Amino acid sequence: MPQSKNKKLPADPVPRETELALMRAMLRVRRFEEKIVEVYGAQEMKTPVHLSIGQEAVAAGVCLNLKREDYVFSTHRNHGHLLVKGAAMASMVAEMYGRAGGCSGGKGGSMHMVDPSVSCLGTSAIVGGSIPLGAGAALASFLRGDGRISVSFFGDGASEEGLFHETLNFSSLKKLPALFVCENNGYATNSRLCARQAHSDIARHAGAYCIPSVIVDGNDVLAVHKAAVEAIAHVRSGAGPFFLECKTYRWKGHVGPDCDHLKGCRPKEELDQWMERCPVKLFKNALLKSGVLSVPVLDAMLKEIDAEIAAAWRAALAEKMPLPEDLYKDVYRQGIF
Amino acid sequence: MPWTKVLIDKSDFEDTLGKQGLRGLSYRDALREGQEQLLESDPSVFLIGEGIDDPGGVFGSTLNLHRKFPGRVLDMPIAENGLTGIAMGAAIAGMRPIFIHMRVDFLPMCMDLIVNHAAKWSYMTGGKVGVPMIIRSITGRGWGSAAQHSQALHALFAHIPGLKVIMPAVPYDAKGLLISASADGNPVLCFEHRWLYDFTGYVPAEKYAIPLGKGVVRREGKDITIVALSLMVYEAIKAARELAAEGIDAEVIDPRTIKPLDEEMIFASIKKTGRLIVADTGSRTGSFACNIAAAAAEKAWHDLKAPVRLVCMPDTPVPASQVLENAYYRGKDDIVAAAREICRL
Repeated sequence: MPQSKNKKLPADPVPRETELALMRAMLRVRRFEEKIVEVYGAQEMKTPVHLSIGQEAVAAGVCLNLKREDYVFSTHRNHGHLLVKGAAMASMVAEMYGRAGGCSGGKGGSMHMVDPSVSCLGTSAIVGGSIPLGAGAALASFLRGDGRISVSFFGDGASEEGLFHETLNFSSLKKLPALFVCENNGYATNSRLCARQAHSDIARHAGAYCIPSVIVDGNDVLAVHKAAVEAIAHVRSGAGPFFLECKTYRWKGHVGPDCDHLKGCRPKEELDQWMERCPVKLFKNALLKSGVLSVPVLDAMLKEIDAEIAAAWRAALAEKMPLPEDLYKDVYRQGIF
Repeated sequence: MPWTKVLIDKSDFEDTLGKQGLRGLSYRDALREGQEQLLESDPSVFLIGEGIDDPGGVFGSTLNLHRKFPGRVLDMPIAENGLTGIAMGAAIAGMRPIFIHMRVDFLPMCMDLIVNHAAKWSYMTGGKVGVPMIIRSITGRGWGSAAQHSQALHALFAHIPGLKVIMPAVPYDAKGLLISASADGNPVLCFEHRWLYDFTGYVPAEKYAIPLGKGVVRREGKDITIVALSLMVYEAIKAARELAAEGIDAEVIDPRTIKPLDEEMIFASIKKTGRLIVADTGSRTGSFACNIAAAAAEKAWHDLKAPVRLVCMPDTPVPASQVLENAYYRGKDDIVAAAREICRL
């Protein structure tokens, strides 16, 4: 099990409101994706879903600390990042149901969520794609001097792509306001990290490009939050990029609602161990113990989240399907310039 | 019209347009002036490319722009794919980058970001996020430049939905199409030919735009239509002059943009002439010439009086030895031979 290696975590206690917000954000992502698992078997949601159940602490710990105008670029496993950044939930659900009113007009599906109103300018399902796009948005901010920062989320597999190294080099060279967040869940589809790299720490690459980095326990939302606060402050100060590696674990398959151990892709004991360290459960227990959270408050939080999810599903399913002729729209962006 | 003229050499310009007091500029200077005016008029425009601020200035096309626009004309690491993604990221965040490659041959290293990302972004986001980015690249030729410095790959990119492809042949179009491309809001690939850089033509001093997707008739004729791309426009004009002496009156069409393609202009010409030659700088299989021939076969079949002929480069890599280079390149003589053949059927 990974331990937090961050030696510079701020000693200040995290405010109660922040702790509750982190709890709520994780629960919201968890319940959202559990709802997908629940409905997926009906085969009405015809899109490949890449679930982040087990990894929610990363999205919550990073995205809650961003401003609305800060850019977020994500991957095929993007639901958590967008939800916490503030993307409209009903539009995301409608997109997964292929509706014209989906966030991408039914052209993107689960892997290509977008919401420019909260500076989520699109997600790439090609491994590594989010990395240069994030740095590019950071370059735009750098050239304009507008004070925004840009976050690229990606997995451990992306660090094997040339794009990763090319982007880190340039970002460091130009001191771009870019935060690189690696969600190291130990697997690229079914290939273990130890079968792909000689070392299990992705952050070691950052040093080669003179980029400061921190490795945290990605299942400890407070650790992610504290590291993200520092990382974001560093990036926003103009000191250049920062690299945050979060060690975590994906409970579900690379794609779909099932668990990989059922296909023999990984040992069940490994999953069981990580489920013991469920980021939602760990934090919930800590907050209950410290008195920040009580069972009635937790129940009310869950009820509110489930109501939001139910409303999002209702709204999404009420959206119309695209017309066949919509096929030809949006190949080029029209009439805006 | 002075802007439709194809001038084979500088004296040709002096003899015709120069005497009328019209301003002449080389292709490289037209490109440079277009970019300079874009940088002046739009703070979101920036240039990025390997060595674009060096004393060569991309064969003169970016020369000294970095002095006039410090911080907006950026040299870069030798990392074509990553930097395509970074330029694209800047574009979707509101900038208008012009990414410059000294050789077309460096584009295959950027395929992931051009094909999987830039081309798809508008569509995948339901039209919410566009990629206002230009990617310039230059096809080399001669002096043994060989297989990795002489390719013409425009057809590969024209194949990809979501991209636009321009191939300016004259200085007037080089500037005007570049200015249009910057305002278009979509990823536009600009394919230039190194041998075009010295050609002089009429270029107005002001900033002007040529709409994408509009071809131009370079020479009117009634017997045969020659659709020619990029450098082949000059070969076609030379061929037309030779054919005129034999009594064959050739019409030369320069599509200028191959995606979107001005099919209507081509079909209207075929309706008049009944014969079609397509001259392309790329190798034959899967060439853009094949596309034009297919479009004619589908939509202008009843106007055709003779088989279509393609004048393309052979299906071999480009060789180094001058003897082999000479065997490789197609041009005026091949167009003339094809025209003679189908006009005498």
